[in-house]
Amino acid sequence: MKRIAIGIAILLLAAVPLWVGGSFYVNIVSQVLIAAIFALGLDILVGYGGLISLGHAGLFGVAAYTVAVMLGAGFGHVAAIVAAIALTLAATAVFGVLALRTTGIGFIMITLALGQLLWGLAYRWIDLTHGDNGLSGNSRPAPFGISLDPTNHFYYATLIVFLLVIAAVALLTGSPFGASLRGTRDQPRRMAALGFDVWKIRFLACLFSGFCSGIAGILFFYYNEFISPHALALSASAEVLLMVIAGGSATLLGPIAGATLVVVMKSVMSAYIERWNFTLGAIFVLIVLFMPEGLVPGSRRLSRWLWATLKALRGGTATPAESQR
Amino acid sequence: MTALAVQRLEKSFGGLRVARALDLLVEPGERRLIIGPNGAGKTTLFNLIAGEIEPDGGTVALFGVDITALPVQRRAHLGLARTYQIITLFPKDTLLHNLLLSLLGLSRLRWNPLTRLKAQAALESEARRRLAEIGLGHLADRPLAQTSYGERRRVEIAMALAQKPRVLLLDEPFAGLSLDERRDVQALLTAVPRDVTMVMIEHDMDVALDFADRISVMHLGEIVVEGTRAEVVADSRTREIYLGE
Repeated sequence: MKRIAIGIAILLLAAVPLWVGGSFYVNIVSQVLIAAIFALGLDILVGYGGLISLGHAGLFGVAAYTVAVMLGAGFGHVAAIVAAIALTLAATAVFGVLALRTTGIGFIMITLALGQLLWGLAYRWIDLTHGDNGLSGNSRPAPFGISLDPTNHFYYATLIVFLLVIAAVALLTGSPFGASLRGTRDQPRRMAALGFDVWKIRFLACLFSGFCSGIAGILFFYYNEFISPHALALSASAEVLLMVIAGGSATLLGPIAGATLVVVMKSVMSAYIERWNFTLGAIFVLIVLFMPEGLVPGSRRLSRWLWATLKALRGGTATPAESQR
Repeated sequence: MTALAVQRLEKSFGGLRVARALDLLVEPGERRLIIGPNGAGKTTLFNLIAGEIEPDGGTVALFGVDITALPVQRRAHLGLARTYQIITLFPKDTLLHNLLLSLLGLSRLRWNPLTRLKAQAALESEARRRLAEIGLGHLADRPLAQTSYGERRRVEIAMALAQKPRVLLLDEPFAGLSLDERRDVQALLTAVPRDVTMVMIEHDMDVALDFADRISVMHLGEIVVEGTRAEVVADSRTREIYLGE
């Protein structure tokens, strides 16, 4: 059943250019996928590791700026992408070494400070980053001779990367390492007593999370063919954190649902609702009130409750209370 | 060779000295009971031995290996396991998953991100066997939060034993248990083979005195009396310190 649902979802995503109609909406779905990659990576740290980061937009920006600077310096796409991933991992390692000295509020504050540091560099290192004006690109890669300039081509490339990332996240979270990571979130003291190196596990999770942020940053740059300090701002880090929390942390589908909600509100609803920011805020408040565990786990809970209620009304044996178990 | 050798151990929290040149030697296979009034420093001593607190001075050795500077997880790999006064397990996870984590802790598999935990049949069957041994096999797939306090205590001990420790530290394993539950835990501990050295902190004298080969009485960060049950009970300092006579 699960495999059939996954197959249908992949088919639907593959057919997006056929059924959404128009490049505008295909681009919106591309944006959703990029945001989802970013959110899935952050969820490894937030949901599975219990470490809330407010600096991940900085890592996202490191990757995007590296590609932009490398291309600007005349390097090819492959070199630019490899350098972007390497530099993002290096930046993540620095993040990890500094921030993992603590957890909780301390971790949040250190990641916030590091993220702001990177934002400051992007904003003030004008010789390299052109400051507020940002950096532009003028081409997208052409893997296997297929140019990613057309909207649909770029969409399919993004979709492939998204599927690879989600498969990697699913593999990691279901693996012994994933169980170790969740253990460090729930009982770090006990995990150490059981023989787990809590710091190292968190550090590796940090690296994976940063890697996903880097991939999202690279795609973001190629999608917009532009990067500016705005992408590294605190609001960007908060936004991706909200995607994870609103969708449901420590779930595979939660960050995707959260990314869809935020991108659709920003890019689609903003055309119809002048105060879309207010509307998005109101939606988050409603989620916190009625589905504090997030959209995906909350929807599952509600559907179980509804199903049990319907069954009870039809004279079945299950009761709504049973559905809560 | 001594199983656990604590020598001249010192620890202060500000002006409060919780370990004062503390010495404790436990022989292989021994069952050692540590008693003392509240605030004597018993749990702190366990935390120092396990590496959760860094000592100000002195050494801790496990079968001749100086582990004073080793992190907590390295000590577990050298054969030191412990239970806590307040049960610290994974309540949202099943009993089986709790046992799996204890088995994973000493396995290289814990680093593997490329295989599925659910596909580790050997690990799972070992975890189920361990649960069956403590009479909780039928609850393997139940979340820990839905079990009784006594069952959780047995799971905690089973997790420590699943790691095949050479030295097991038990911090008040009978605290908060009903009479039946005490009997279950007592049976579980009695069945532990002698190749596991056990050091236990306990206030319940009825169960604890039966358990111990030797007893150490702690007071204000020091071991003031040590000996067999008869020797300790006969010592006037025990009554003075522990019973307030």
